[in-house]
Amino acid sequence: MKRSRSIENSIIPIGFSLILLLIWQLSVDMGMISRNMLPSPTDVGSTLIEILPDIYQHTLVTLTEAFAGFFASILLALILAILMDSVKVIKKAIYPILVVSQTVPLIVLAPLFVMWFGYGMMPKIIVVVLVCFFPILISLLDGLSSVDKDMINLLKSMKASRLQIFRLVKFPAAMVSFFSGLRIAATYSIMGAIIGEWMGGKAGLGIYMTRVKYSFAYDKTFAAILVIVVLSMMVFYAVRLLQRLAMPWSIEMEKNRR
Amino acid sequence: MNTFQNNNEIKLELKELYKAFEDTPVLEGISLQLKNKEFISILGPSGSGKSTIFNIISGLLKPDRGEVAIEGENHTGKTGRVSYMYQKDLLLPWRKVIDNASLPLIVKGMEKQQARETVAPFFKVFGLEGFEHKYPFQLSGGMRQRAALLRTYMFSKDIMLLDEPFGGLDAITRAKMQQWLLDVLQQLEASILFITHDIEEAIYLSDRVYILSERPAAVKKEIVIDLERPRGREILTSREFIDLKAEILSLL
Ligand SMILES: Nc1ncnc2c1ncn2[C@@H]1O[C@H](COP(=O)(O)OP(=O)(O)OP(=O)(O)O)[C@@H](O)[C@H]1O
Ligand SMILES: [Mg+2]
Repeated sequence: MKRSRSIENSIIPIGFSLILLLIWQLSVDMGMISRNMLPSPTDVGSTLIEILPDIYQHTLVTLTEAFAGFFASILLALILAILMDSVKVIKKAIYPILVVSQTVPLIVLAPLFVMWFGYGMMPKIIVVVLVCFFPILISLLDGLSSVDKDMINLLKSMKASRLQIFRLVKFPAAMVSFFSGLRIAATYSIMGAIIGEWMGGKAGLGIYMTRVKYSFAYDKTFAAILVIVVLSMMVFYAVRLLQRLAMPWSIEMEKNRR
Repeated sequence: MNTFQNNNEIKLELKELYKAFEDTPVLEGISLQLKNKEFISILGPSGSGKSTIFNIISGLLKPDRGEVAIEGENHTGKTGRVSYMYQKDLLLPWRKVIDNASLPLIVKGMEKQQARETVAPFFKVFGLEGFEHKYPFQLSGGMRQRAALLRTYMFSKDIMLLDEPFGGLDAITRAKMQQWLLDVLQQLEASILFITHDIEEAIYLSDRVYILSERPAAVKKEIVIDLERPRGREILTSREFIDLKAEILSLL
């Protein structure tokens, strides 16, 4: 029963995506949509192979920016979450500001960062941090505050210090929630780097895409998009793998629930 | 006759505890005594304030009035002396059973490896052999309670507060666990305060039973259970047992 359901779970989405791709391919091949406006999936595929040596350097730059921003976000979120969780005044003061800050469109801010920090990697990394930091922080805070009160009281009855309660109960209890935030942030990190690059720079997938856009090479645009999708999926699963390694019990617990 | 004296030594005494939550009185003058190696049950209706008594003894709550004395010393509002098992098992899902059992030792500052070595021999006594490296979610309800009890025991071996440890178990498992508890306790040197609202459980396990009134809780009556030990399930149908049960029922 369980096995057939999991096969069903992967067959349905894959099958449906294949059908969509087929419709797309046919409508371009049959001339319903002009090839210049929308390249077919096979066009994109062959273009990708063609430009791979070209795009490789750009991909590395984008990945570097995404990783740097992602890890900076984790560090920042950890520090802030611990501060906000242990000193309630800080939480009350900062939380609303953080929420409001998320409503400011990044596209508007990104050019400012270029003005302030130039065309290097810095402004891109900042955009990544702005995108990734929030989901990580929120998931950490949620995790920290969702810990069973009685669990904490049990430790208190043992005369545990605040640090011990944090280390032994609160922090590990927040890990599941933390990792779900990390998964979201990891996928966003690639997109964040691209948004940052869109504003200008020397290299990166975003830069590459603006260049090919001006030469109306849409097949190359789509090939670049494909690379971005694959990268985002890869980091998503990398985080999942990390979770499996760091917390084997959490995956087994999920399995048990199903 | 040193042993005789030891056996009558008062481990824990509550003197006239009063507690109210926002003008709702919950405890009204609770007094009781727990002697060395005694098993005492607190029997009371739901919501009467039983867990509140334990929260005060463990030092998590301060009484409005009254005193908690442990071995003659005032311990009111002080944590870290008695071990406390909650109604829920509260095992940490990310720690293996052996590391859950080690938790009290880790809190006291012991290294992980040494803590493991210290608790390992007790797995046999507690009927948990072979489960050391399982995670709590891989255990049945009864096994989880055993693990929680072992952890409780590792914190303080002499005074243990058990708050309805078998409340969440089905009747059959519960009966097994009661028998198991009696067997384990024979091998330990513990004095136990046990909360329950199951009359048979209270009689079957205890040396004495304190019966509480509805909220606000006061001690209605103290009943001495003069049944021979070791006890087996056959006493459940004995004359004395049924008389005790009838007496308690008439009080509630
Ligand atoms: N921290 C608290 N603040 C306010 N009221 C509380 C608090 N803790 C307990 N109470 C109230 O005090 C009363 C006694 O609670 P307590 O948990 O001691 O009862 P209990 O006898 O253990 O009940 P049960 O059999 O359901 O476990 C209840 O009415 C409860 O709502
Ligand atoms: Mg209770």
